[in-house]
Amino acid sequence: MSDFRLKPDAPLDVREILRDLEHYRPRRRGWTWRRPAPGLVLHGFSFRDASESLKRSVPLPPAHHFGGIDPQPAPVITTEIASGRFEDDIRRMRMAAHHGADHIMVIRTAGQSHFDGLIEGTPQGVGGVPITRKQLRAQRKALDLIEDEVGRPINYHSYVSGVAGPEIAVLFAEEGVNGAHQDPQYNVIYRNINMVRSFVDACESKTVMAWADMAQIDGAHNANATARDAWKVMPELMVQHAVNASFSLGCGMPRDLVCLSTVPPTAAPAPSLYMDLPYAVALRELFTGFRMRAQMNTKYIQSSVREATVTHVLNMLVSKLTSADIQSTITPDEGRNVPWHIYNVEACDTARQTFSGLDGLMEMVELKAAGPLREKARELKERAVLFMEELLENGGYFEGVAAGQFVDSGLYPERAGDGIRRAVDGGIGAGTVVLREKDYLAPVTAHYGYNNLSQYGLMEGEDPARLIGGCTFQKPELIRYIDELDETDNVSVRMAEHERLRQPGAEGIQPEMEWLGDGVVLLTMFFPAEARLAQAAALEAARRMKLREAEVISVEIMHPVDGTRVEVKARVPFEMDIAGLTLPKEPEVMGEDALREAFAARPMTVVCGTVGEDEHSVGLREIIDIKHGGIEKYGISVHYLGTSVPPEKLVNAAVELGAQAILASAVISHDNIHYKNIALVDRLAREMGVRDRLVFLAGGTQVTPELAREAGADEGFGRGTRGAHVATALARLREARDL
Amino acid sequence: MNRNDDFLTRRAHLEGLDDQALRERFWSLADRLTAPLLQMGREYTTPSIERSVLLRMGFSSLEAAALVKGCLEHGLLGHGAGHLVYKLGLKRSLPPREAGLELLSGGDWEGAKALFEGGEPA
Repeated sequence: MSDFRLKPDAPLDVREILRDLEHYRPRRRGWTWRRPAPGLVLHGFSFRDASESLKRSVPLPPAHHFGGIDPQPAPVITTEIASGRFEDDIRRMRMAAHHGADHIMVIRTAGQSHFDGLIEGTPQGVGGVPITRKQLRAQRKALDLIEDEVGRPINYHSYVSGVAGPEIAVLFAEEGVNGAHQDPQYNVIYRNINMVRSFVDACESKTVMAWADMAQIDGAHNANATARDAWKVMPELMVQHAVNASFSLGCGMPRDLVCLSTVPPTAAPAPSLYMDLPYAVALRELFTGFRMRAQMNTKYIQSSVREATVTHVLNMLVSKLTSADIQSTITPDEGRNVPWHIYNVEACDTARQTFSGLDGLMEMVELKAAGPLREKARELKERAVLFMEELLENGGYFEGVAAGQFVDSGLYPERAGDGIRRAVDGGIGAGTVVLREKDYLAPVTAHYGYNNLSQYGLMEGEDPARLIGGCTFQKPELIRYIDELDETDNVSVRMAEHERLRQPGAEGIQPEMEWLGDGVVLLTMFFPAEARLAQAAALEAARRMKLREAEVISVEIMHPVDGTRVEVKARVPFEMDIAGLTLPKEPEVMGEDALREAFAARPMTVVCGTVGEDEHSVGLREIIDIKHGGIEKYGISVHYLGTSVPPEKLVNAAVELGAQAILASAVISHDNIHYKNIALVDRLAREMGVRDRLVFLAGGTQVTPELAREAGADEGFGRGTRGAHVATALARLREARDL
Repeated sequence: MNRNDDFLTRRAHLEGLDDQALRERFWSLADRLTAPLLQMGREYTTPSIERSVLLRMGFSSLEAAALVKGCLEHGLLGHGAGHLVYKLGLKRSLPPREAGLELLSGGDWEGAKALFEGGEPA
């Protein structure tokens, strides 16, 4: 087994992941839930609903105001990563794990559910990834390394559906896949696979998944996405959940690994919580003991990532008010393209941010025990019961599907007559089911149904694999690994194309959204024009920027004629040499003791304030206050003049107090007013003949060091500056200027 | 079928059930719906199930596909593809995988068929 480990400060080496896969074995099987951390205290805050913290992560953007904490919510957080090139997805998985994902789901390539057998090798996918042994093994190996790095197990997940379900289930069990979608109804209704074949196959698939302790997610959420009015299929959704749940228990799955894929069906501007909440309550009351996989609404999201994010936050409010064992995230760009790296990360951050913000909520609020919530929940349950009564009256599940009872757009028992109909003897794989003979035998572990073991001397209940001395489930060394079958469509060929850009050791660099070297950039533009003109102008702008394959991916009307927001994706026509790039200088920081000694030996007085008509105070206070680790702690004497300080007052105060330095904060940046104020301080000090005697430092969220120096400051400081940076600059500049 | 929402009349028999009784009814209906489907699964097999058995016995996906295809063509799938290679192995004193590969390369499907003639267990 490889002893390769990830280094936290080094890029993930995909070449190393792909090395020696033939001999790689996953370290465990089965699903892992997060471990609750009751009484967790971080930065003085008590968290009530958090799980154990990570060893390494990238905290939310505002975390630096809160000691850099990164509280992890209780539900497992899902992100779906499947760009078509699994090798590039591996890097994205590492990013997602650092942003709190511990359930990585891989969508299959278009058409795999109709592929009668396993795919081998590493062909490129469309809208997903071809799931193969080599691809699974590479990604599982990478996730094994990534989970060591972040300090939490990562669940790996794909789909056990289509006409090769049982084989895929075996493949997953062998390769350490921890969860899968499995729901024969999905095959029947959405993939037009023969229903007899689907249910017979599903018995075997589920038995194998149960052996491997895999979590199962059902397919009911697809009815939301398919039905014309998603909220009208709520009674049927409960029936679909019940059919798969009952069927799964019948195949030996434990109840607590049977997860319902449930989506709040509505979205604003509908009064969505008023409809979604009773449904969520009804479902959780009926399905006690099962697990809830809270999916997000995809049906109504458009191309605006802001709009999608708000829908998803409202979805998580439903999760919080009821329950969620797994919180799925949908990337906010799903309405415009196959998700990009940055949006997987955004979706994980949205979940972390929302749940952190809602931590402890249910200690303060509760759902009413009477009124419309309970009445509506009861009504939905009754409608679901009536739905099943009619199915049974008409002969059963198959007959109901054949009659079009499912995915009808009427709120059951209302019927619009537009349901999806499938014939019992129709669809892909029809007529392929074979009756087992009296001597039927399958000498393997986790086999469902009739198995004539007695003919070879085994007792009922004994493991059939004993006949052959153990199968691959006991002896993984029996597994046959196939590397590649296609000489041109495989990962080595694809990776060779962009070797110059590949880390570690890259010579070149390009913008990237999905795949190494894709060169994709996103432009946001506003035009003072109606939508059609704005789109034409946006594409012309991209053409003049010499971008290739420009495409409008989002249009939002600011006003029907006065303004349109347009977002364009395009490819850059160049690649940059890393050696030719000038990296921003890392700010110099002297040691704590050195700083204390410098200002003890020669005391220093500074005056400071926020200049101009600017009421921002937080940033500057953090730079100066001793309790935030500001410059006071090094013994510097600070005179803080407050906010909206006129530049002349700042200079006058420095003169009157005999200060050796001025610190000016300038946050408002409209029309470059921040640099204008910096320049004004410099000019006034010169006019008064004191500039030579003063160190002048300027800072603010929109300040860049180069431009601040151009404007006349001795040094500039932007986001992320700490007191030690400023104190170091004061000490160095004082010394250089011999003040 | 088109039908107006007749929920209020249709639900009359549920009116008297408390939430617990309604829940029990819900699950009893669900179990009645799935019972025949589970029974069907016990009695039938499919090419994918049989390939999954062969995978677990140590065949590659390509070998499993070829063997199941042969079983279908020769009407042997109902005995179990895993059974076929197991039984061949017993007869020829070979591990099941070697017996299966020999069948694939030699093509003696008639000999394989003969193992199951009579339909009775060995």
